[in-house]
Amino acid sequence: MSEIDTSGGGGKGDGKVRAKKASTKIDMTPMVDLGFLLITFFILATTLSKPSAMTLNVPDKTLKEETEPIKASNVMTIFLGKDNKAHYIFGKAASEEPEVITVGFGYDLRKAILTEGQKVPADKFVVVIKPTKEATYRNIVDIMDEMTITKMKRYALVDELTPDEKILLKDKVKLDI
Amino acid sequence: MDMTAMVDVAFLLLTFFILTAQFRVQDAATIETPSSISGIKVPDKDIMTIGLSKEGNVYFGIDNQQKRRDMLDNFAAANGLSFTEKEKKAFSLLSSFGVPKNQLRAFLNLDPEQRNAFKQPGIPIDTTGAGPGNELKDWVFNARKANNDLRIALKGDNLAKFPNFKNVLGTLQAQNINKFNLITGTEAPPAGWKNDD
Repeated sequence: MSEIDTSGGGGKGDGKVRAKKASTKIDMTPMVDLGFLLITFFILATTLSKPSAMTLNVPDKTLKEETEPIKASNVMTIFLGKDNKAHYIFGKAASEEPEVITVGFGYDLRKAILTEGQKVPADKFVVVIKPTKEATYRNIVDIMDEMTITKMKRYALVDELTPDEKILLKDKVKLDI
Repeated sequence: MDMTAMVDVAFLLLTFFILTAQFRVQDAATIETPSSISGIKVPDKDIMTIGLSKEGNVYFGIDNQQKRRDMLDNFAAANGLSFTEKEKKAFSLLSSFGVPKNQLRAFLNLDPEQRNAFKQPGIPIDTTGAGPGNELKDWVFNARKANNDLRIALKGDNLAKFPNFKNVLGTLQAQNINKFNLITGTEAPPAGWKNDD
């Protein structure tokens, strides 16, 4: 391929000057190797799935709006407990000895929201989400995701637990908060 | 064997990946976000990111280098601090940081390698959201002063506890910021699910 032509050029003999015919084939193996190496690098280094954003709107604290109290019979309160467990009560206030049901996140919770939601008219049903201090950020994102999935429009994220609720959680699910 | 076609495709791919690549910038802490089905993309510019690590440390960053510099100037003026040109330059290259203001100068004077190895303690924050020891509120305020169009993104770790998240939320609410974006990974919605609106 890259041998040196020793046969002598033109200029002697018959006097004809001819261009030397070199082969057009070059060895591309190293280039291709390098090319694949770079491909591998870029495939591994790029982040293909861009993160998505979930919007969260919270009420303005400076505005004091008088709202009508919601009837406990229409409310499903979901407490986010520890170890990725959710506890919910439905239809009764915490002081009325409601039944506390414990579910894991995911399918069980989604089914629970949908089942309870069918017991009252859709425009009355309200989900109140109360994360306890044991809950993680992931639990909050998960539950809001469930709200999107189950298409519940009326839900609220409340960060204070009432004394009744604290007692309830301590008695029923041994959650000391 | 004629590999010309394969090599052509390979180089086409290479070109594609080189052109679309966006390099990951070194963050102050590793934060593993949870995933959600929300398909809204995070905007590329005019964004303020507040990170929350699993230990509850708070990290802060804005996107534009010039705006970072302006923010530092505003912050320094408001807190009676002064920074040298070198420190400002170092600061403008940080995509996010988490050091209290009394350690900031020392932190900026470290070599880049030392800085990467340095364990950043997070920006001080409190439960009321507006106390004198709350430095996050100062940073948020000065960042918005430097760039009024900033949107706010919260990037929390999977295991960050709710009280820490509540403190960040409280700080923002105390400044009358009531709309945020939570940065999450992307996951597929359950089969058959459709978005109505």
